[in-house]
Amino acid sequence: MGKTIAEKIISKHTQLKKSTVVAGDVVLVKPDFIFAQDGTAGLVIDTLLSLKSSSARRKLIREASRCGFVIDHSSPSPQMSISKIHNKIRNFAKENDAHLFDIGNGVCHQVIPEGGFALPGRVVIGADSHTCTYGALGCCATGLGSTDVAIAMYTGYTWMKVPATFKIVCKGKLEKGVYAKDLILYIIGKLSAEGANYKAVEFYGDAISRLNMDGRFTITNMVVEMGAKFGIIPPDKKTIAWLKEHNVSRKYEIVHADKNATYEREYEFDVKKIGPQVATPHKVDNAVPIEKVIGTPISEAFLGTCTNGRYEDLYIAATILKNRRIHRDVKFIVAPASRKIMLKAMKTGVLSTLIESGAVVISPGCGPCVGTHGGIPADGENVISTANRNFKGRMGNPEANIYLASPATVAASAIEGKIADPRKYLTN
Amino acid sequence: MKTLILHGKARCIYKPDKSNDDINTDYIISGRYKFHIENLQELSKHLFEDIDPEFLKRFEKGDFVVAGRNFGCGSSREQAPLVLKYAGVSAVIAMSFARIFYRNSFNIGLPLVECDTSGIEEGDVLKISLTEGIIENETKKKVIHTRPLPKFMINLLQDGGLVEHIKKYKMFKI
Repeated sequence: MGKTIAEKIISKHTQLKKSTVVAGDVVLVKPDFIFAQDGTAGLVIDTLLSLKSSSARRKLIREASRCGFVIDHSSPSPQMSISKIHNKIRNFAKENDAHLFDIGNGVCHQVIPEGGFALPGRVVIGADSHTCTYGALGCCATGLGSTDVAIAMYTGYTWMKVPATFKIVCKGKLEKGVYAKDLILYIIGKLSAEGANYKAVEFYGDAISRLNMDGRFTITNMVVEMGAKFGIIPPDKKTIAWLKEHNVSRKYEIVHADKNATYEREYEFDVKKIGPQVATPHKVDNAVPIEKVIGTPISEAFLGTCTNGRYEDLYIAATILKNRRIHRDVKFIVAPASRKIMLKAMKTGVLSTLIESGAVVISPGCGPCVGTHGGIPADGENVISTANRNFKGRMGNPEANIYLASPATVAASAIEGKIADPRKYLTN
Repeated sequence: MKTLILHGKARCIYKPDKSNDDINTDYIISGRYKFHIENLQELSKHLFEDIDPEFLKRFEKGDFVVAGRNFGCGSSREQAPLVLKYAGVSAVIAMSFARIFYRNSFNIGLPLVECDTSGIEEGDVLKISLTEGIIENETKKKVIHTRPLPKFMINLLQDGGLVEHIKKYKMFKI
C-alpha cells in the first residue's frame, strides 16, 4: 500500500525496526528541532527545572543543538513582568547551550526556516500552534504544548499519532489581486475550524506550484485554523532555490507521497473562481468574499505576522501604497517577520514606500497579533489584519473586531479607511 | 492507582453568539494575561473572562465544564488547560476537542471526555467513570456513553501527567 508524506517522514524518525508506520499508529518520534517562544518557554523551563531533582544529568536538555528559544511574542518587552520572563529564557538557553533568537530576529516561524532548522523531510515540533508553517518546505512540523516540548527537550523524543491525510488540489490561476491568503481563507471557510482536526494536509496543483515560497508559507501557516496537525507542500525547484538563497548548508531529503497513497479525503478547488476573501469577527472560518464587507470602517490596519509578514507581502502592500497616503483615521502598523526581511525591504525601497504612505514600522516579531503590545485597538474599533486569528480579544481588547485579509486588501483598506477591494489599485 | 470516577455539576459555557462550538484557548485564557502572569492561581481568576465574565461566580471547585465541538482550538498555550485545572475544573466534557489542547490536558492531568453533550444542562449533577467511558446524568436519570480513552491517556492520568510519567519511567511508556 502506498504511503503519504507524513507516514514516510514519521517512519524515518521512529526507532522501530518495522520500516513503515501507517495512519493511526502511536509511535515515539525523534524530532530534528524543538523550540519554544517567549509566551510558552516559561512553562517549558519550569517543567525542565522540576525534573532536575530526579535527574543525575548535568544538562537538562539532551541534545542542545536540536533545541532553541525565540523571543518574538512580546518583543522588545513592554513591561517588567515580561522582561523577567525574557531574562529567564536568555539565561536558561545560555546555561544549556540551546540556540537563542533574541528580540529583533523576528517571528519564530520565519527565523527557524531561515536558519535552516526546518528542512525537507524533517520533523520539527514547537510550543506554538503555527509551527505547522514549515510544512511549506516539505517537512512534518507541528505545534505542541509546553510540557510536550519540555519532555521532548529532556528525553530527545515525543510521541505522535500518525495522522490520516487529506489531499487538497488547487487548480487554475489566481486572478490579479488574489493571493495565497485569500486561497487559504477560502479553503478554511469551506472545511471549517475543525474540518481537518488531527489530519495532515498535502497541497497539490498548479495554483500551489505557481506560488512563491512566501505564499506557500502563508498556506501551511494557516492549516491549524482548520485543526490540522501538518500542512505539507511537496518540495520543488522553488523550495530548493529558497533554501539556497538562505544559505542552508545542512543536508536534507526530499520526500514525496506514493502515487497510490491512501488519503482519507480529497478536495479539489478551482482557484479562478476565488476573489479576495475576508474572515469576519470572531472566527477564522467566517471567510466571505470581500464584496460582502466592502465599506466596513476600519481604524487600524496591520501588516505582518508569521502568516503575512514576509518580503513578498510587504512588496505587494508597497505596490498599492506607492505615491499614496493612508486614510487620516487609520493607524497602519507594519511588522516585518524577520530582520532579514526588514533589511531586504530597506534595500529595495519597499520599507520607505510603506513609511512614506504613513505606516508605523515596528520591530520584527509578532507585533500586535497576540495582544500584548505594538498596537492594541481601542473599544469598538475595527482592525483589518494580515494575521491568522481574529478571535475576540486576540489583539488585547475583547471590545475590538478583527477582520483577516491579504496584504493587498489591508493596504487598500488602509488607504480608504474602510474595507476596500485591492483589485482597483492593480489595474495595469 | 488514582480514582478515575468524578462527581460534580455541569457548567455549560457559551460564546456571546450563543454557540458552544470552537471555544478557543484565547477564550479560555486571554493572551493579554498569560504573557505576563506566571502565577497560575492568579491567572485562573481570568478563566473565560472574554466570553463569560460571570462564569467563575456560578462555578464551584470540582464542577465540569461542558461545551460543544472543537473545544480548545487555536493557540498551543498550555496555560489554557492549566487555568482550568487551577480553577478547580475536574474534567471538560465536549463533543470534540482540538488536537493540541487534547495533548496538553492529559499531559497536565486534566481529564477530557468526548461525548454527545447536547442533553446536558447547566447544573446537572454528573458522575463520570473515565475508564468505563460512561457518564451518569443523575439529574436527568440518563446514561451517556463517551468515547473510550486511549490506554496511554489513562496511564498519563493515573501517573498524574506527563512529567510524573517521565519521572517514573525515565521515558515514554506507550
